[in-house]
Amino acid sequence: MRIGVVTFPGSLDDGDAARAARIAGADVVRLWHGDPGLQGVDAVVLPGGFSYGDALRAGAIARFAPVMETVADAARGGLPVLGICNGFQVLCEAHLLPGALTRNQHLHFRNRDQFLRVESASTAWTNQFTEGQEILIPVKNGEGCFVADERTLDQLEAEGRVVARYTRGNPNGSQRDIAAITNEAGNVVGIMPHPEHAVEALTGPSLDGLGFFTSVLRALAGASAGGQLAGGHH
Amino acid sequence: MARVVVDVMLKPEILDPQGQAVANALPRLGVTDISSVRIGRRIEIEFAGEPNLETAREIADKLLANPVIEDFQIHLDDTVAEGV
Repeated sequence: MRIGVVTFPGSLDDGDAARAARIAGADVVRLWHGDPGLQGVDAVVLPGGFSYGDALRAGAIARFAPVMETVADAARGGLPVLGICNGFQVLCEAHLLPGALTRNQHLHFRNRDQFLRVESASTAWTNQFTEGQEILIPVKNGEGCFVADERTLDQLEAEGRVVARYTRGNPNGSQRDIAAITNEAGNVVGIMPHPEHAVEALTGPSLDGLGFFTSVLRALAGASAGGQLAGGHH
Repeated sequence: MARVVVDVMLKPEILDPQGQAVANALPRLGVTDISSVRIGRRIEIEFAGEPNLETAREIADKLLANPVIEDFQIHLDDTVAEGV
């Protein structure tokens, strides 16, 4: 299975995302922001960092990168897409996910290991977890406060589209402690903390992040065997 | 030269921690009668020819403001046109 990792000008975690995908067993294809071609990849990761220097708003310019037009079309067609941190911001700006990520409520950049509770194991990126499972992965953001209107939040909850919540402390003021959400089909996931930094004992607080990457490989294997995506929500 | 100004503000219901931080610093200036500060963004767009408010509105709607969290207002800045 081939996982594409996009590099925007200002991406920082594309290398770690590629490494995590490789450790999970994927063939990694590096994709460039200025090239609309996806080179036939089976899934795409939008990595963390500060694309276009966070000019205007985080993710606002990246949304219009040539590669994003293709990614957005493919995502609407079912391609699994994971947006991590800045990637999550790009997905919201591109309207592939609802809500927005705003300045941390306390204004401080937060960089620490963070406990999350996995709330949905039925997305393309979380099927290797169990619902209610607590995982530990790094969080590092200045604009990670997830906001949406009450109606949208209620809808996300009702449709089981809150993928993970912060536990043992909310690092940025996100509404309802939301750390990750998914689209209606379950193929697009945005997560503020960084699973790609928790895939090796030497450098990560756990190996919990690996599950996101093994999940998509499982979903893709199921899709090619069963002829349809293994994603979807309940 | 013709300029269109776009003012982008966080929606009233969206928390503005930057504005709060500024408001909290005001007593250090000796200012105590401020109840709230909110921070927005002013964007000046120069058109090569005649200013087109519709184009400016499209730019604001698609890029300059995020409708999930922000409102915007557009107006023509005719003070610059006078000098040409």
